[in-house]
Amino acid sequence: MASFHARINVMLKPLVNDPQGLAVRDGLLQLGFSGVSAVRVGKRIEVTLDAADRARAETAVREMCEKLLANPVIESFEYELREQTPAQA
Amino acid sequence: MRAAVVVFPGTWSDADCSWSLERLGVETRRVWHRETTIAPDELVVLPGGFSYGDYLRCGAIARFSPVMRAVQAHADAGGFVIGICNGFQILCEAGMLPGVLMRNDSLQFRCEEVYLVPDNRSSPFTRGLASGRALQIPISHGEGRYFADRQTLDRLEDGNRVAFRYCDAAGRVIPEANPNGSERGIAGILNERGNVLGMMPHPERACEPLLGNEDGNAIWRSVLDAAAAP
Repeated sequence: MASFHARINVMLKPLVNDPQGLAVRDGLLQLGFSGVSAVRVGKRIEVTLDAADRARAETAVREMCEKLLANPVIESFEYELREQTPAQA
Repeated sequence: MRAAVVVFPGTWSDADCSWSLERLGVETRRVWHRETTIAPDELVVLPGGFSYGDYLRCGAIARFSPVMRAVQAHADAGGFVIGICNGFQILCEAGMLPGVLMRNDSLQFRCEEVYLVPDNRSSPFTRGLASGRALQIPISHGEGRYFADRQTLDRLEDGNRVAFRYCDAAGRVIPEANPNGSERGIAGILNERGNVLGMMPHPERACEPLLGNEDGNAIWRSVLDAAAAP
């Protein structure tokens, strides 16, 4: 068994309206960041897991995203997976 | 017909749902989310609230509660299921209804009276509303903007599965009457078979003269009558 750490980003799909992102954009514009043209707000989820090898860890992370962490109707996901040394774990 | 009102950690509308059904003479019990038994003649009610703190997404965790397997089996067998507010969100997350409820376009939590017009007039939940009169029913949600892709929305409309749309007092479906930015003004939808209803507004909060409004009872009475004379 090895320990893995996944950094998962869940974002609204491009065509899904994101009123939260629009409100944040307006805030940035009011702060004087006049160059801001678009803001989208998503979620970052970090998962630490044990798996026999990298391939199995990746399969598990993908399944977590598909079954729970992202809603495929409105969200897409991407992740970075890295193996942890015992000291990091 | 009897009623089984499901209680998840964080549900708060179960007392109101039970009260409003008991007022109509329905034998009602609360079902803790760890229970797994539902009787065939029970109307399953998934009430409003913030199950599991709305963590991750509204309804996303509740669908894994043991009771949801029984609710799914109940629906598959033709039993009646109604999800109100958070209950609607749970039915969508569980895949028992299509689409998803997203943050209101105003970003505000909206707690107010709205009007609903029944679109479908033949389901167990809506056949008693045949007059098509606009019902005044309260909403109370921050995440009630119904969203689905265009094909899904078309399929819902073609299949006569839009139960309710937001409207004005005269029953006109207009953008100004839409409190949350829902696609096509949708306030409630049915599954293909018509025995599962999800809706954002709260009929249980419009159930007696003391509240100034009894319009919600029409929905309860419709499904009770449908159960008595299928």
